[in-house]
Amino acid sequence: MTALLTHVYRSGEVHRFAAEGQDFIYLVSAGAIFALDGAVAQVLSMLDAQEMEHGALVQALVDAGQSHADAEDLVRELRLARVIVSDQTVAAPAPATPPVDYPLQALVLNITNQCNLACTYCYEFGADKIATPNGKPKYMTLDTAKASVDLLLAQSGGRPAVHITFFGGETLMNFPLLREVVAYATEQAGSSGRTITFSLTTNATLLTDEIIEFLAEKQIGVTVSMDGPQELQDKRRVYKSGKGSYAVIEPKLRKLIARHRSRAITARVTLTDGVTDVIRIFRHLKDDIGFHEVGFAPVTTSGTRDYSLSDDGMNSVLAQFHQLADEWLDYALKGWMHGFTNVSETIGELVQGTNKSHPCGAGLGLLGVSPSGDLSPCHRFTDADSHVMGHVSSGIDRAAQGEFLSKGHVGAKYACQSCWARPLCAGGCHHEAFVRYGDTGHANLHYCDWIREWTGRCLEIHGAISVKNPEFLEKFAQRKGLS
Amino acid sequence: MKHLRPVNNKAKAIDESVNAQTAAMEQDVVALQQQVRPHVPMGCTLSFSPGWEVDAGGGTAGLCQPVERDIYDCYVTCFWPVQVPDHVNYSPDWASNCAAAARDWRSLDIIFP
Repeated sequence: MTALLTHVYRSGEVHRFAAEGQDFIYLVSAGAIFALDGAVAQVLSMLDAQEMEHGALVQALVDAGQSHADAEDLVRELRLARVIVSDQTVAAPAPATPPVDYPLQALVLNITNQCNLACTYCYEFGADKIATPNGKPKYMTLDTAKASVDLLLAQSGGRPAVHITFFGGETLMNFPLLREVVAYATEQAGSSGRTITFSLTTNATLLTDEIIEFLAEKQIGVTVSMDGPQELQDKRRVYKSGKGSYAVIEPKLRKLIARHRSRAITARVTLTDGVTDVIRIFRHLKDDIGFHEVGFAPVTTSGTRDYSLSDDGMNSVLAQFHQLADEWLDYALKGWMHGFTNVSETIGELVQGTNKSHPCGAGLGLLGVSPSGDLSPCHRFTDADSHVMGHVSSGIDRAAQGEFLSKGHVGAKYACQSCWARPLCAGGCHHEAFVRYGDTGHANLHYCDWIREWTGRCLEIHGAISVKNPEFLEKFAQRKGLS
Repeated sequence: MKHLRPVNNKAKAIDESVNAQTAAMEQDVVALQQQVRPHVPMGCTLSFSPGWEVDAGGGTAGLCQPVERDIYDCYVTCFWPVQVPDHVNYSPDWASNCAAAARDWRSLDIIFP
């Protein structure tokens, strides 16, 4: 006798939230966001109470007033979208690992590992450094830089556009090289019919009129590492003598922002003990100095350092993040860009529906290059012997890359399997995990709650905009180059 | 989809996929698998060559012809690919002593080609 398939349904992996009176679900297996009607909400609450057999679920919906055909259609729709699942439905696959020869999109060139500042919390030189620069070149040579550009173009497959980020140390300590690399890379990319764009990260101390002119003319994106107004900046972003750097960079930044209009100028703030005044920092950098975007990140530490954020500090930071998130939403509803990067970045990923196999592009579409030409997963692993992933002269070490990527895959992180925020987080920064747990493939368990809280908040913001000003999301996606 | 409104790009892709699957399913033949099941009278099946099927009650007692009748589908019309004599070439008289299968099936003899 034919045994008919009996579906016993339960709710799929969904995170429910509401905004502006509208119910939404975030579908974790895909990274998709749906607005629900009352019927879906009814099914989900029935299944929250107990698993239900197909016939019983349909009957319950008929009892609640739906026609039989409508109830069948609803159940089918939810099953096909994997909002409800049964043992007989095929489980959603984990995000696939991109192929080993995934084309490169970007290189981060550490054109020097030298720095004129001595910020106490620096991951490259501070207490938790993993770099082993002894005996290695301090400045990248032109030959190494050209080999890097050639590698990028050769390994980028059919990509029409690639990107180079200049990094340090203090990047501008090797500005002569930067200038030559921009010329060489533009020429090489142009001769193969491709475009190449550039950005750099700097502490801004060495900016000159000439450099500003060059950056503006070549449309080079600029990120400035900076911690806020004078007394906060000068707390830890100091010269080796202990003197603060604020007075040196402030006039230079104003010039840079006034002259350089072709790319967004971004500030990147490191939050440490005593530097937690997020709102004041944001106001100063955005409204007073004039940065277009300002992003914040807690300092990376192996545990407790004198500059680590305490739990109280982190709570205060979060409360202020929420305040800025409110502002971001107000701006968005009026159709304006706000400039709080921590919201903008997440919204960008939510618009797209990102479902990550890995937390970021490190070791995948992006590699770091040390001054000696060693390749590493990203700039944070530069000069660390433990993380060499080939050399610009000999190419990418596929075995090392494969090991790094299989360890870093979200499916390999046990703790992430029950977390609804994994499509965006995927376990968090490989470097932070290595510093904290000694393993790049370890989930960053110390900030899970924070990630969930923040992702939840950004979902609500996305939801509210989708109800009240959906055109903004389309415009935003275009601006971020996503659609 | 009728009840889920996609609000990001991934959700739009799922929406398109579900709509395509739903359209395909509406073309599908589900016969006895459909819910609610169609009315099938006791003793009948949708195939008019009963024997190897079961009746609507799950047994063989209520079929409109006996299960043994099935053998003629294999023998005469090659309906079912099993090892039965070939009535066209070698064994035209194999079933001649078996007028009513339910009663006379014991008269069917083994043959040696």
